[in-house]
Amino acid sequence: MDENKQRRVVSVIVVNEASVLSRITNLFSGRGYNITSLTVAPIPDSKYSRLTIVTSGSVRVIEQITKQLHKLIPVLRVYEHADLVEKEMAMVKFPISENLSDINTLCEAYNGKIVNVGENVIIAMVADEPKRVEHFLGAIKRYNPKEIVRSGAVALER
Amino acid sequence: MQINGARMVIEALIAEGVDTVFGYPGGAIMNVYDEIYKQDGFIHILNRHEQASIHAAEGYSKASGKVGVAMITSGPGFTNAVTGLADAYMDSIPLVVISGQVPMSLIGTDGFQEIDAIGISRPCTKHNYLVTDASDLARVLKEAFYIASSGRPGPVHVDIPKDVTAQIAEFNYDIKLNLETYKPHTKGNPRQIKKVMEAIAKAKRPLFYLGGGIINANAAYEVRDLVHKTAIPAVETFMARGVLSFDDNLLIGMLGMHGSYAANMAMSETDLVIGLGVRFDDRVTGKLSEFAKNADVIHVDIDPASISKLVNADYPIVGDVKNVVNDMLGQVSKIDADSYETWRNTINNFAQLHPLAYHEDSERLKPQWVIERVGQTLGDNANISTDVGQHQMWTAQFYPFSRPRQFISSGGLGTMGFGFPAALGVKVASPDKTSINFTGDGSILMNCQELMTAVEAKIPVINIILNNNFLGMVRQWQTLFYDKRHSETDLSVQPDFVKLAEAFGGVGYRVTTKEEFDAALKDAVEKNIVAFIEVIVHRMENVMPMVPAGGSLFNMMLLEKKETKNG
Repeated sequence: MDENKQRRVVSVIVVNEASVLSRITNLFSGRGYNITSLTVAPIPDSKYSRLTIVTSGSVRVIEQITKQLHKLIPVLRVYEHADLVEKEMAMVKFPISENLSDINTLCEAYNGKIVNVGENVIIAMVADEPKRVEHFLGAIKRYNPKEIVRSGAVALER
Repeated sequence: MQINGARMVIEALIAEGVDTVFGYPGGAIMNVYDEIYKQDGFIHILNRHEQASIHAAEGYSKASGKVGVAMITSGPGFTNAVTGLADAYMDSIPLVVISGQVPMSLIGTDGFQEIDAIGISRPCTKHNYLVTDASDLARVLKEAFYIASSGRPGPVHVDIPKDVTAQIAEFNYDIKLNLETYKPHTKGNPRQIKKVMEAIAKAKRPLFYLGGGIINANAAYEVRDLVHKTAIPAVETFMARGVLSFDDNLLIGMLGMHGSYAANMAMSETDLVIGLGVRFDDRVTGKLSEFAKNADVIHVDIDPASISKLVNADYPIVGDVKNVVNDMLGQVSKIDADSYETWRNTINNFAQLHPLAYHEDSERLKPQWVIERVGQTLGDNANISTDVGQHQMWTAQFYPFSRPRQFISSGGLGTMGFGFPAALGVKVASPDKTSINFTGDGSILMNCQELMTAVEAKIPVINIILNNNFLGMVRQWQTLFYDKRHSETDLSVQPDFVKLAEAFGGVGYRVTTKEEFDAALKDAVEKNIVAFIEVIVHRMENVMPMVPAGGSLFNMMLLEKKETKNG
């Protein structure tokens, strides 16, 4: 990331209707904006969904992203977060031959635990700030993870 | 009222006051065409290509200020129309384009003439819909017309599967729209407007920078009032030609790549840019870091995303330019019109130093002369469309535009083939004015099939083909920037344009002298049928002055000094 590029979390409230997600992603690809991660789920008891997009760009690009998002007809609100609580989840599959108590201890340090044990593999999960999830994924490399899945960040303004 | 989806489309169009639909039938839209056959609420004009239908609807909309409507079928009908949608999107033209789609049961199966139409139109429309139930049609069409014409206008595409147009459901168009997520901001912030007026009063060298948004907002006469009351000089963008009349003392001219020297110098010297309905397009600004370098920027636009997109606005105002200009007029007494006298003189000196001009040639007609001549002959009595290329720039430079909606051209997308079908739409919207299309020998072939439309629907458009046997604008760049390697731009092999027009039932002329041109134009106006006037013009004429792409506005290539004829 070059100097004037900054990481930003943008939340978008959209009408939960067909093809709304492709309107958003088309906008990013068409205008050359960056998506680091994107999560989307319906907001309970409403006709809206909430997207959380982690993106990066210069101040001008971030401003354009929020304005262009707002210009889309089904977009109700766009929040460009300054002060926020941010969480991400990751799940990791390990061979059962690895040191399970070590793995469990590591997971607990990152708000996680072992969530499934099979014949050959175990699955562990953690949920923490995206930066800390990265640390966790660095730390578990030596336990030969077979598969890693990250959810992308979700965020709420403080 | 229980009716089928196709009938709902007709009822909605009539309820919206649509008097003309441009289109082309096909399999998936047949149900709607069956209902068109049975109705007499509007006329349908059969273009000979779907792209032309969209351009005709654009021309109609630009000349009338109303929403243009086009109708096409699925698959290739729709993909042919995409260029038109993109063109309308770039130039903020309100359209509702209705396309047929394969029946719902076939969607996603690669059915005959199936294409993901809303997937394709998404990036080149303001909004789009796939209607999956006829009971949604009234709401969707009502929203489509509202979205197309409100805020920053633009094309809206409605894709309707064939079984939905056959489906019978309850129809009621008398509904209230409830668009919670779409509320255009039309009123400018009063505190900000006050600040803007104070900034103008303080400025020494303010400059109006007038854009096409003024025409969209029907604000040209309010803007004229503001310009005259403040006596602040003004430059127009290509899209704003006609906002001020050509003979207005305060109009410096067009700015940008082929703008006048005085307009571009004024922009480079101003200390306060007053941007109204503009978007700082790259063809206008040249090198951004040098654009209006010494100036603060006021930017009024209905689209918040246009503000500070390319040039930082010191005084941003989101709002309808008509409302904002009216508010500005309310405080205009703050401004001392005499205080800009020195500035106006400076600009007049620029204009005298390098006026917009061209050199006459004894051998061949100059294209600029032809445009000026039409201006002298028809002036205000003509609406002027153009295609894209050198002739387009010469028209913007040399035609004496005297009113908004007189000049119809493809600015943002730069679509060759736009002019002729657009001129058809213009003539339908404005039948009392002569509809002229200035075009080139390259552009005209891109929609010349519209001769058939013009003959059948009796739409007497006069196409003036400035024939230099070149794809002129590309040739000009090759001459200037590619060491005269004229790659694939020599159009020496050509049809007989006179016979081409005649083959369709139009009238054709080929002229090489001023006298012949005058006679041909007079005859074409009198004959009142579609015409091609092919004018043989100088082959190597360049559009001057010129700011090379990416250069600064004050670094212009200028017309070589010779004995000149002033434009």
